[in-house]
Amino acid sequence: MVALDAARAAGAQYADVRFSRNRSQSVTTRERRVQGINENDTFGFGVRTLVNGSWGFACSNDVTRDEIARVARQAALQARSNRAAQIRPVTLAPADPTPNGVWKSPVRTDPFDVALEDKVALLLAANQAALKVRGSRFASSSMFFLREEKTYANTDGTFTGQTIYRTSPSMSITAVSADNSDFQNLQSTDIQPMGLGYEHVEGAKLVENAPRWAELAIQKLSARPVEVGRYDLILHPTHLGLTIHESIAHPTELDRAYGYEANYAGTSFVAPPEKVLGQLRYGPDFMNIVGDREQPGSLSAVGWDDEGVRPERFDIVKNGIFVDYQTTREQAMWLDWWYKQRSMPSRSHGCSYAQSWQDVQFQRMPNVSLLPGERDLSWDDMIAATDRGIAIVGDGSFSIDQQRYNAQFGGQLFYEVRGGKITGMLKDVAYQIRTPEFWNSLDMIGGRSSYMLWGAFGDAKGQPSQSNAISHGCPPTRHRQVNIINTGRTA
Amino acid sequence: MSSLRSLAAAARYLSREEAEALAKRVLSFAAAESTRVVVNSGSESNTRFAVNQISTAGDGYNASVSIISMFGKRRGSVNTNRLDDQGLREAVAASERLARLSPEDPEAMPELEPQQYQSPPAWSEATAALEPDSRARAVRAISEPARAAGLVSTGFLEANGGATAIANSKGLFAYGRATELALTTTVRTEDGTGSGWAGIAHHDWTRVDPAALARRAIDKARRSANPSAIEPGRYTVILEPTAVGNLLLRLQNAFSARNADEGRSFFSKPGGGVKIGMKVVDERVTLWSDPFDPEAPSSGFSGEGLPLKKITWIENGVVKNLAYDRYWAQRQEVEPSPFPGTLRMSGGTQSLDELIASTQRGILVTRFWYIRSVDPRTILHTGLTRDGTFLIEQGRVTRAVKNLRFNESPIFMLNNVEALGRPERVNASESLGPGTPIIVPPLKVRDFNFTSLSDAI
Repeated sequence: MVALDAARAAGAQYADVRFSRNRSQSVTTRERRVQGINENDTFGFGVRTLVNGSWGFACSNDVTRDEIARVARQAALQARSNRAAQIRPVTLAPADPTPNGVWKSPVRTDPFDVALEDKVALLLAANQAALKVRGSRFASSSMFFLREEKTYANTDGTFTGQTIYRTSPSMSITAVSADNSDFQNLQSTDIQPMGLGYEHVEGAKLVENAPRWAELAIQKLSARPVEVGRYDLILHPTHLGLTIHESIAHPTELDRAYGYEANYAGTSFVAPPEKVLGQLRYGPDFMNIVGDREQPGSLSAVGWDDEGVRPERFDIVKNGIFVDYQTTREQAMWLDWWYKQRSMPSRSHGCSYAQSWQDVQFQRMPNVSLLPGERDLSWDDMIAATDRGIAIVGDGSFSIDQQRYNAQFGGQLFYEVRGGKITGMLKDVAYQIRTPEFWNSLDMIGGRSSYMLWGAFGDAKGQPSQSNAISHGCPPTRHRQVNIINTGRTA
Repeated sequence: MSSLRSLAAAARYLSREEAEALAKRVLSFAAAESTRVVVNSGSESNTRFAVNQISTAGDGYNASVSIISMFGKRRGSVNTNRLDDQGLREAVAASERLARLSPEDPEAMPELEPQQYQSPPAWSEATAALEPDSRARAVRAISEPARAAGLVSTGFLEANGGATAIANSKGLFAYGRATELALTTTVRTEDGTGSGWAGIAHHDWTRVDPAALARRAIDKARRSANPSAIEPGRYTVILEPTAVGNLLLRLQNAFSARNADEGRSFFSKPGGGVKIGMKVVDERVTLWSDPFDPEAPSSGFSGEGLPLKKITWIENGVVKNLAYDRYWAQRQEVEPSPFPGTLRMSGGTQSLDELIASTQRGILVTRFWYIRSVDPRTILHTGLTRDGTFLIEQGRVTRAVKNLRFNESPIFMLNNVEALGRPERVNASESLGPGTPIIVPPLKVRDFNFTSLSDAI
């Protein structure tokens, strides 16, 4: 409370303080050796102040009473400096205070309680299992764990303590042709990072899966180069999560729509809000996109966001129509007119996040997910229903413009589909899309049993750039007549 | 720890003496056969503006130590920012526990003996002294003219100052301090049909002219409004230095000697071996890294405490060196040559305007964005033009065109060079942060491969 008192005494009308201790551990291996075992532990606090409608933020790792008060005053002083360039003062949407909140990720086994020997042995065994497959030349594997203990308080009376976990096992196998003329890599994208504990590593079954991944890397060497043209695409959830991330989750960030991220992350084609809310057709009637921070094991799951708001699931695209953006308390007020029109309260969707105590919180995406269709169609059903297409498994190369119109995606595995059957493996495949056409070409969607969470640790936004971790749930989808290019060249 | 001079004082960091004392304290707690300590300390400050006003700002200080413990060929490491005796003892104990638990690493290299270092000219008092009011003034030098012109400016000013020290149980001690900064702005027309960018990264604030950046971005925003569509395909391009830097930074990872020896790199020679001695790009191209470059300095030592020196990667189009870490260098019986965090390319004498004037038909590119690897075999990347893309006809810029996606390799680009301009320091990192210091020329390049149009502005 020293921070909040000092901030108020320095003239702040609102202030919040976050103390966090982030402990992470990584184990990385290649072939028969451990490349690195590293632990990282960082502790400190950050104070954010609002003085006459301008923000200030300061932080320090020196957690003493005097330093906390100094940093709070510095944040207030900085807010005053920033007022000189103010045009529109900041106002905050109301939020119900939580005086004593506690939340923890649903972990069964704390990864930091598991013996390091077991982790190393598992990774080396997985590498061995991959290298036993004739033709696989290199195998690397790793585990990464994070535990964040975060205490938050604000001048509205909220005080929360949360313990957030993230766990990511992964593997990468490279096959090289006998004459060194070609090499192909396979990433274990069927294993996604999750907001879970060590049970997620055990469930990943790296040793059991490694030979299959190695076989696939070798098969890629003899895959047929794709012929350019238009194909029906069947996209597996291990691939589609990234496409959703880039072409739906990013363009529906409200700060982008208003130009706040124009210099780096970019703006959005889903703008201006008054012309797209309730009007823009994102996709077919059966397309529904929701934002949430509650799916069990998802990377964005929390009890409260970084300004004390308890997030609730909200609609972004409802029956194919765009209906809402991702917001913070400051941003929810920008859409006051829209919420009044819909008889909804102007409340934050709980999308405030900072990667550590050293960084100021701002709007970051929650889990943004595509809901499954009413019929319980499977991946195999969709292949069986396709006459001429390409099925893509796993995410690969990706690039999208600053308004999220034009994107290009690769993948891990590309299968030729003819007459309802997989007829061979392809390589050098990438598809190029224009987002609105791509989502409106969606004509089949998988059902509840085929829904899974894709995840990413390194989603970058902001200046200085901060990393966010999120999941995107989705079933497989089919899109008609998408433009395919061949990326193979000779040097 | 440094005492605080005032509430908003100049960059705080550990002096040589303070860093050495801290490192020795850590080493005094160590029981491993060998121990290395890396001490990082410094201040980060920034001011962010959007829609012509300051949106957020930050000032922060952190100091942390990394401890690398070794028992024979077993190794563990721990980073912490708890610097009291108890925190440090616990971190050392944790690192040693990790090392003991770790299997032997056949590639582990012994700690280095004490080394001699030179100091790169990487510190600027002006940068270290930037405080919130000065930063706000610099921002207003951009946001006010943009607003007066009826345009919308957004951008970021970041200034950091800090020190890195490395000490090990064999008596090695290295210390270096550096400042870095980046100022970038994107100015858009109110109707969102035009967007112009300008930016700089440097270690020295006195080399930055915010008003000049504002003029460039404002001019580009106006001229880029209402772009027209052109057919994607192969074009002659005039790449501004920032765009050249965007692509050349993608070569850094490709210079790994080990990947090349292992047959999984563009620099692998078909049939075995690496491409050192082979001509791979136009003979006017020379690429090097020099930590002591006064315009683009980097650290004078590697993370292990190895002194860094100037390395030429490509000389007159021929591969001269690849990046060898200590282990791979020993195995291949060459000198280690880790990649210093800086890059420079040869150039010519022509100005950007002269390159444009020499072009019958082509596309002028301000910068590239969202560049991602597509195929490491050819270093093929995809990405898009952004914030100022124009058609050149009969030696003149005639109109703004829509942004384009490319699928191209920096290697192909450097093979298709028509002309090189005067090199300059640019901000070429995707995050627009200080990034890798880089000095590159504008280039005129033929047959640049654009594969689709983008409606993004």
